Amino acid sequence: MSPHLILRVVSKLLIPMIVVFGFYVQFHGDFGPGGGFQAGVIIAVAVILYALIFGMEEARRAVPPAVVRYGAALGVLIYASVGVATLFMNGAGEPLNFLDYDALHPDQGQHTGQHYGILLVELGVLTTVASVMLAIFYAFAGRVPDIPDEEW
Amino acid sequence: MLEIILERFSYIPIIILMMTGLYVVIATGNLVKRLVGLSLFQTSVFLLYITMGKVFGGQPPIIAGDAHGGDAGHGADAAAGYGAEAAAGHAAETAHHVAEIAYSNPLPHVLILTAIVVGVATLAVGLALVVRIREAYGTIEDDALNAADYSLETGSAE
Amino acid sequence: MDMLASLLPAGIAVHAPALIVVIPLIMAAVAAFMPKGLWAWGVTLVTAIAVAVLSLNILGQVSTGGVISYAMGGWLPPAGIELRVDMLNVPLLLLVGIVGLLCVIYALPSVADEIAKKQQALFYSAFLVCFAGLLGVTITGDAFNVFVFLEISSISTYTIIAMGAGKDRRALTASYNYLVLGTIGATFFVIGVGFLYMATGTLNIADMAAVLEQNGHDRVTQAAFAFIVVGLGLKAAMFPLHVWLPNAYAFAPNFVTAFLASTATKVAFYALIRFVFSVFHPEVNFVAMSFTWLFAVVGVVAMMVASMQAVFQTDARRLLAYSSVAQVGYMMLGLGMGTAAGLSASMLHLMNHALMKGALFMALGAFALNFGVRRVKDLAGLGQTMPASSAAFTVASLSLVGVPLTVGFTSKWYLVTAALERGWWWAVAALMISSLLALAYVARLLSAIWMETPPAGKAGIAPARRLAPWMVLAPMSLLAFANIYFFFHADPLVGLARAAANAVMGGN
Repeated sequence: MSPHLILRVVSKLLIPMIVVFGFYVQFHGDFGPGGGFQAGVIIAVAVILYALIFGMEEARRAVPPAVVRYGAALGVLIYASVGVATLFMNGAGEPLNFLDYDALHPDQGQHTGQHYGILLVELGVLTTVASVMLAIFYAFAGRVPDIPDEEW
Repeated sequence: MLEIILERFSYIPIIILMMTGLYVVIATGNLVKRLVGLSLFQTSVFLLYITMGKVFGGQPPIIAGDAHGGDAGHGADAAAGYGAEAAAGHAAETAHHVAEIAYSNPLPHVLILTAIVVGVATLAVGLALVVRIREAYGTIEDDALNAADYSLETGSAE
Repeated sequence: MDMLASLLPAGIAVHAPALIVVIPLIMAAVAAFMPKGLWAWGVTLVTAIAVAVLSLNILGQVSTGGVISYAMGGWLPPAGIELRVDMLNVPLLLLVGIVGLLCVIYALPSVADEIAKKQQALFYSAFLVCFAGLLGVTITGDAFNVFVFLEISSISTYTIIAMGAGKDRRALTASYNYLVLGTIGATFFVIGVGFLYMATGTLNIADMAAVLEQNGHDRVTQAAFAFIVVGLGLKAAMFPLHVWLPNAYAFAPNFVTAFLASTATKVAFYALIRFVFSVFHPEVNFVAMSFTWLFAVVGVVAMMVASMQAVFQTDARRLLAYSSVAQVGYMMLGLGMGTAAGLSASMLHLMNHALMKGALFMALGAFALNFGVRRVKDLAGLGQTMPASSAAFTVASLSLVGVPLTVGFTSKWYLVTAALERGWWWAVAALMISSLLALAYVARLLSAIWMETPPAGKAGIAPARRLAPWMVLAPMSLLAFANIYFFFHADPLVGLARAAANAVMGGN
C-alpha cells in the first residue's frame, strides 16, 4: 500500500474541482472579480499539486514541458491577435484603435463586443499565466530529483 | 508632532519594510537572501500604492445594479449608467456621475497587480540565475564568487 | 518627409504607433514557436525591417502633421493609455529601429557562434521582447507604462546577457548584479511615479505636466523628482549608478552588447529627459538647481573618472563599456546646461554615440568571432589579419575621441558651443581633458591592432588573413560609414536633435 494513499485519493478528488473553479474564475472575469490571471494561477496550482503528490515524472507526462513552452507563446498570440483583429474589423464603419473591443460585435448599443473582447483576451492571459507558472515550477523543481517514497 | 506621525501611520510600516529590504540587499553576501531583500523592497512599494488608493469612508468601487442595462441614460441612473458608459470608453465623462458616492480608488490596485507580475518575473529570473550560478561556481556566496573569478582572471593572464 | 509619411497605406499608417510595439511582441511569441535558430532569426529580421519602416513612417507623419496621439483601445487620454509621439521620441524610435535592424543582420553569425543551438530560438524571442520593451518606453505617453515597458525590456535583457555564460560564466554574475540594481532602479522609479500620482491624480505624462503647472510644486513632487532621477539614472548608467554596466557589457554575447550599448541606456536617458523636462518644468527652482549641481557635476565626474578607469582595463569590451559610462556623462552635461542648445547637443551626442558604439562593439564581436579574442593585448596584429573590420573599428574609435571628419567631433562641437553659451568654461576644460583620456584608451586599442605584429603560431590565433562574414561586415561598415557621412551631412541629425530640444523646451 502506498505510504500516502489518503493524499493521493483526496487530491484526485480535489484536482478536478480546482480546475473547474479556475474556469469559473476565468469566465466570471468580465463582469465580476476574477479573470485570466487568477484563473491561470489556479489551474497551474492544480498541476503543481499533481506534481507534488504523484511526482515530477507523472506531471511531465500529463502536461509536457513542450506544451508549457508553446502555451506561453500561444497565449500572447491570442491576446495580440484580438488587438490586431480589432484593427481590421472596423465594427461600425469608422476606424477603431488597437484593442478596441467594440469592433468585435456589430451591436454597439449593448457593447456586446466589449464582452467578447474581454473574454478572448482573458483566455490568452489564462493560457500564458498557467503556462508560465508551470514553466517556472518545472524549471526549478526539475533540477532536483524527486524524494523517494521511503524517505517521506 | 505626534499628530503628524499618527496621521501618516500607514507610511511607518512601509518605510520600515522598505529600509529592511534595501538593507538586506546591501548587507548580505548570499545571493538568495539578496533576492529576498529585493522582494521585500518591492512589496513595500506595493503597500505604498495600495494605501494611496484607500479613501476614508470610501465604498468598494463596484457599481451595484444591472451592468448589462445598455445605455441607461446619461446621469438619470448614475449607478447603471456607470457600467454602460465605462464600457463605451468615456471614463472621463462618468467622473461626475460617481462623484456623489465616495469610492476607494481602484486604479492603484490595478497598477500594483501589474507591478506584482513584474516582481514575480524578476524574482523568477533572479532565482533562475542563482541556480545557474550555483551550477557554474558551486557556491552562492558573494565572497566565494569574487574569489573564484579573481583566480580565473589571474590564472588565465599568463 | 512627405515621402516617408506616405510610405505605408493610410489604413496601416494610422495604427503605426501601436503596431511598432505590438509587432515585436507578437513576433516574440512566434519566434518561440520556431524549431530552429535560423527560422527564429528570419522572424526577427522581418520584425526589425517592419519596425524600421514604421519608425521612418512615424518620423514622416510627425514632421508633417505634428504630435501623434494614439488612444489604446479607443479609451481617450488622460483616463486611457495613450501612445504619444512628438519630436523628442521620434529620434529614439528611429535609433532603436534602424540600429536594431543593423544589429539583427549582424546577429546571425554572431549568435550561431555563441549560443547553444537549442536555445537560439528562445534567445531571439527574448531579444524581441526586449526590443518591444524599448520601443514601448519610447512611445508611451503614460508614466506607469514607462515602468512596465522598462521592466519588460530589462527582464529580457537580464536573460539575454546571461546567455553569454556559454563563453564565460561571469556573464551569470554580471547579469545577476544587473538584475538586483536594475530592479532597485525600477522600484525607485515606480515610487516616484506613485508620488506624482498622489500629487496630480493622473498618470498621463502630458496631463501630469499640466496639473503640476497649475498646482505648483510641493515636497511630494520634489521627492518624486528625486526618486525618478535616481531610478532612471540607474537604468541610464548615470555615473555613480553605473556599476552594473561594465560587466554586463563585457560578458554578454557580442550581438547583445552591440545592441544594448547603442539603444538601452539611450532609451532610459530619453525617459529621464521626458520626465525632467516635460513633467517637471526646467524653470522650477529645484529642477534648475538639480541641473547645475547634479546633472552637470555628475556628468563631468563621469567624463573624468570613467574615462580614467577605461584607460586601465585589460578586457577590450570592458574598456569600451567604461567609455560608454563616460559618454553618458557628456549627455548628462548637455542635459545639465538646461538650455535648448545644451539639450540638443545632448540628443545629438546620444544618436552619434549609438553610431560609434554600435560599430565598435560589432567590430570587437567580429574579432571574437574569428579569433576568439577579447583582451586588449590579444588584439595585436589584427590590422593585418582582419583589415576591413579593423578599419571600421578605427573610424568609429576616432569618432569616439572626437577627431574632425567624424560625427564625434560634431557632437562635441555642439556641446562646447552650448557650454560657452552658458559661460561654463570649466565644462569646456573637462570636455578637452576627457577627450584626451579617450585618446589614451583608444590609442591603446589602435596601437595593439595596427602597430603590433600578430603572434605567430599561437593556438587559436592563426596569422592568416581572415574576412568576417559579410553579415557582420556590412552593418559594421555601414555604421562606420555613417560616422563619417553625418559629419559632412550633419543637417539631418542636428535637425532632429534641435527639433527634439524645441519639442520639450518650447523655444526655437
